[in-house]
Amino acid sequence: MEILNLKGTEDTPNIILDKKNGIFEISGRSLPEDSAEFYRPVIEWINGYAKEANPATEFVFKLEYFNTASSKLILDVLSALEEIKSMKILWYFHDDDEDMEEAGQEFSELVEIPFEFKTY
Amino acid sequence: MNYIYDLHRTMMTQKLILVYEGDFTQETTKSILSMAERNLDSSGEDSGIKRKVFNVMVEALQNIVKHSSEQGLQAGSLISKSAIFLISKDDNRYCVMTGNPIMKDRVGKLTQNLNDLNARDKEGLKEMYKDIIKNTQISEKGGAGLGFVDMARKSGEKLEFTFESMDQSHDFFCLKVNISREKE
Repeated sequence: MEILNLKGTEDTPNIILDKKNGIFEISGRSLPEDSAEFYRPVIEWINGYAKEANPATEFVFKLEYFNTASSKLILDVLSALEEIKSMKILWYFHDDDEDMEEAGQEFSELVEIPFEFKTY
Repeated sequence: MNYIYDLHRTMMTQKLILVYEGDFTQETTKSILSMAERNLDSSGEDSGIKRKVFNVMVEALQNIVKHSSEQGLQAGSLISKSAIFLISKDDNRYCVMTGNPIMKDRVGKLTQNLNDLNARDKEGLKEMYKDIIKNTQISEKGGAGLGFVDMARKSGEKLEFTFESMDQSHDFFCLKVNISREKE
């Protein structure tokens, strides 16, 4: 599978989806003008990966900030990941960022995927 | 040119640290955010409070961007594109404030939405957030309908709002979101 690599900007996150090396990560800031447009290739990539997924996948979210329009799309990303066997989410938050921790907990209640919470 | 001094004095007495008036786009949003962020960083503000202020600013600004583009399409007039964004800071709190024209026929619905939000406690807002995120599709303007809910949650206080009549078809919608500087 092609690697999806989007370099982060001041309003979009850094995204690496690399099946061969087992790296799946969304990090940084997400407040794009058009969140649906921005996340479309990510969700398409995940749907492709679902057909030939690795035996186990750890998907990393290491977000510093996301806006509400992105939160809807993050839920769409998680829903796409839900279809993949042996999927696990690693949800990182800054150790004093309770809001980001709570956001992760809320997402974990909305999808049937195990979440592991980690601080950085 | 007395108004320059008047404006300056108003800014000082209202403790305004940033005022922007004009056209709102994603580009201006990014510029305003980076200015405000530098200001918060240089004042050595607590990182948790900084994040909350940033969060509320993003939602407030993107609300105006989305809304003014909708109105621009409908009305095509200059009045519909112009809005104001302000931040004040005193010893106790930050206030993120916005003002923008809206069509009078939308005032009733907006008032109802905001009153509904203000009637809810922390848990009630959380339920509302989860309910909206689960059941709503992103609108064409890229909004998830979550902006006000998120601002209320991050603020922890009631959203203050007023409507001033501008002309026959428009009101000026003013919104004020308070963020306490006291650590929880």
